[in-house]
Amino acid sequence: MSSGLVTASYIAASVLFILSLGGLSNQESAKRAVWFGIVGMAIAVIATVLSEQVSGLGWIIPMMVIGAGIGTVVARRVEMTGMPQLVAALHSFVGLAAVFIGINSEISPPADLSVVEKNIHAVEVFLGVFIGAITFTGSIIAYGKLAGSIDGKPLTLPNRHALNLGMLIACLVLGVLFFNHAGMWTLVLMTLIAFVIGAHLVMAIGGADMPVVVSMLNSYSGWAAAATGFLLGNDLLIVTGALVGSSGAILSYIMCKAMNRNFVSVILGGFGGTSGPAMEIDGEQIAIDAGGVAAALEDADSVIIVPGYGMAVAQAQQSISELTRRLRGKGKSVRFAIHPVAGRLPGHMNVLLAEAKVPYDIVLEMDEINDDFPDTDVVMVVGSNDTVNPGAQDDPNSPIAGMPVLEVWKAKQVFVSKRGSGAGYSGAENPLFFKDNTRMFFGDAKASVDALLQQIT
Amino acid sequence: MKLGALRETADGEQRVALTPDSAVQLQKLGYDCVIESGAGAAARFEDEAYRAAGVEVVDSAEALLETADIIARVRAPSDAEVAALPSGKKLISFLSPAQSPELLDALSAKNTSAIAMEMVPRISRAQKMDALSSMANIAGYRAVIEAGNQFGRFFTGQITAAGKVPPAQVLVIGAGVAGLAAIGTAQSLGAVVKAFDVRPEVAEQIESMGAEFVFLDFEEDGGGDGGYAAPSSPEFREKQLACFRELAPEIDIVITTALIPGRDAPKLWLDDMVAAMKPGSVVVDLAAEMGGNCDLTVKGDIVESANGVKVVGYTDFPSRMATQASTLYATNIRHMMTDLTPEKDGVPVWDMEDDVIRTSTVTHDGAVTFPPPPLKVQAQAKPQPKKVEPTAEERKAAELAAEQARGKQQIMLLCIGGALMWLVGAFAPPSFMQHFIVFVLSCFVGFQVIWNVSHSLHTPLMAVTNAISGIVILGALLQVGSDSGLVTFLASISVLIATINVVGGFMVTRRMLAMFQKS
Repeated sequence: MSSGLVTASYIAASVLFILSLGGLSNQESAKRAVWFGIVGMAIAVIATVLSEQVSGLGWIIPMMVIGAGIGTVVARRVEMTGMPQLVAALHSFVGLAAVFIGINSEISPPADLSVVEKNIHAVEVFLGVFIGAITFTGSIIAYGKLAGSIDGKPLTLPNRHALNLGMLIACLVLGVLFFNHAGMWTLVLMTLIAFVIGAHLVMAIGGADMPVVVSMLNSYSGWAAAATGFLLGNDLLIVTGALVGSSGAILSYIMCKAMNRNFVSVILGGFGGTSGPAMEIDGEQIAIDAGGVAAALEDADSVIIVPGYGMAVAQAQQSISELTRRLRGKGKSVRFAIHPVAGRLPGHMNVLLAEAKVPYDIVLEMDEINDDFPDTDVVMVVGSNDTVNPGAQDDPNSPIAGMPVLEVWKAKQVFVSKRGSGAGYSGAENPLFFKDNTRMFFGDAKASVDALLQQIT
Repeated sequence: MKLGALRETADGEQRVALTPDSAVQLQKLGYDCVIESGAGAAARFEDEAYRAAGVEVVDSAEALLETADIIARVRAPSDAEVAALPSGKKLISFLSPAQSPELLDALSAKNTSAIAMEMVPRISRAQKMDALSSMANIAGYRAVIEAGNQFGRFFTGQITAAGKVPPAQVLVIGAGVAGLAAIGTAQSLGAVVKAFDVRPEVAEQIESMGAEFVFLDFEEDGGGDGGYAAPSSPEFREKQLACFRELAPEIDIVITTALIPGRDAPKLWLDDMVAAMKPGSVVVDLAAEMGGNCDLTVKGDIVESANGVKVVGYTDFPSRMATQASTLYATNIRHMMTDLTPEKDGVPVWDMEDDVIRTSTVTHDGAVTFPPPPLKVQAQAKPQPKKVEPTAEERKAAELAAEQARGKQQIMLLCIGGALMWLVGAFAPPSFMQHFIVFVLSCFVGFQVIWNVSHSLHTPLMAVTNAISGIVILGALLQVGSDSGLVTFLASISVLIATINVVGGFMVTRRMLAMFQKS
């Protein structure tokens, strides 16, 4: 295929990618949008493979077949609750690939470059590898935290900011050496340091901030691809990387805004330090059994369900969907209130509820539903904690002070389905549990909702 | 203190100002409740039920006036009743203060502190005591039921073995509380409902109830103070009547609720429109008390026109549903008492600084305090500033200012960006700049596109962008054919993992999206 045709294919692929992202603005066009993406990717890959620059099909084809096989199996197997881990894991692949490509490009640099171009190429290689390396280890740590194999609590080493800064300066020094042709070892050493930076950055971020981290890593993987595009002089890589990078950046920004947190402070991590003693909480938690909750639901006209990560962990979405169906069958208004940072991934709850066939038009965002709580008879909180914590509004010393929360306590009655009486991910005690109109419905979310289903037919 | 409710003496009045339920709540506020025997009978609240709720039942009005400090009623007291009222009492009732200045004089002469329930201002905080709205709600519902009673056909359209029945066509004029309630009721009975109002902003409310807004193409806003309609200009009126005239032949049921505060009801459904309607059609005039919206309306009665159209002019719709009306009215009164009793100690405090209490109080401390001063909320500069709806101009000005600020910010950013570009351009070679322009434009497109993605699709978005970022595979593909074995090896691994990323990302996205569905 001539280089003109390849470029034409790249243009087509770029347009398809843009359409693909734009099409995700609503559920109906989203399905078509994914096809745009798939077709764009196919065009890009095929055009590249057929171009004059590429040889070594003997390597490429088996690798792609194996990769496609693994990808298919993983995508088929993964539980919807495991989605955050999967996305994080996939990000790490992009990062690693970017590192390899950068190193390759240094081993056999493109021929006939001018002096200035050589310098630029060196910067590109260095940046590409640096971003790729951070993405790689950061994603692996994020994966571990989300999958539960690494403790979700933020790891706060002493002087961690100084540590990060020191490593960054070391990388800069290595970079300067690299430009002065100190050799391959500078690049490799920098890669190793960047690996540590990536791991350390994400280790310091608490589980509650994971949605931001995942979208941030998403952004990094895009910038890594763009940097790769620069060093290879490939416009399609640049376009796509920039699209992905900016999309991830916006998502991170939206997430941070939803939590009323400063982006920089999330990235630097160590969330959870309080500035003073937490407000004293009066009262006690009162427990209730399934019979009591079922009776209240039978009496209620309007019900709002507030799902959180606990629902995902317990896999309770199917049972909740069934409960919703039955309550709606009795003519009650049942709606879902989703906090923008509920779960461990942006939109996590929506995906789970959709999987359980909860109609998406009764699933509402915080801003749409927050004013309706005072008129609601029963609110069922299923595995949410920080997102319904009134302390965010009342207690200036709360670690989540100022974060917008769902005002569930304004409803007539609140039931909180929860495994134990402990604190949430942020470590903040939740005054909601001690309010007069709150009853604690202890137990695994799925077991609890199933118990309700036996009472409500 | 004791709060007592008298038996209503007005003709046909079946409501009562105290129910067993509201009595229980009032007792929580620290009040003892008393009721005249038989006061709730017409509304199906027996003396026994009151006793069970801890209310003292006394035999006569005299005995009640003797013991109670606060008197709750529905209708204004007659002259004789005012004469019998001991001095220094407190009275809560509908009083029509604007129409009956003598009554106010008489009450103030008795040193009565009187609250007129119709004076409760229409502000959000006072909605729970807005008895006019709760009565209007009932009137709207009952108007449809009354119309159905007079109407000889189904509301809902049906196709039966015995033939096809068209749905009833209902027109509601005036979409206040009563109008909206009528729309909802008629709609739920299956009728096809159209509704008209001079205030264009209520179109949304009308449509939210499922009715079609009859749109009049005319430049005039009929909104007046406090959410009520204002009188309209003659040209507007002509246009409006022409529109009704056009609708009249196809409409089966007309429910008119058009009222302008302090004036006679406007005539909107004229003789010729009634004449144009089909025989058996019904007009229910909820404005009959104020003279009626229909030319033929006879206050308190049903008349039939020459062409067989019934015009219902009842004025006592709420009283016809006495149980419901009493329940709501008693709750309104109870909320009023809650506001009057901040300490919950059974002692009312007449805080004349409070907007709601000041506005609804018509006599106090031996003086007539009607009409009230304009609401403080409109002045805004008071110690406790409350939210005021900005006017259209203010909103526009605010939007303009925000837009200008945004514009300034944008220009700033553009300048900074431009300077940076210039810096890069000054040093970088042209081959780099060619790629750089692509990069910057792509970032820009990305920002523009992503803002529109809905929140619920953020996870699929992330999966798609993740799959797309697998585009690094291109880089690896270009390097596989290298002479160096190490490069080929690393590139092959990159191809492998990038393919996992691409295939896995897209498949997972498709799985997710397949699940989104509408009910």
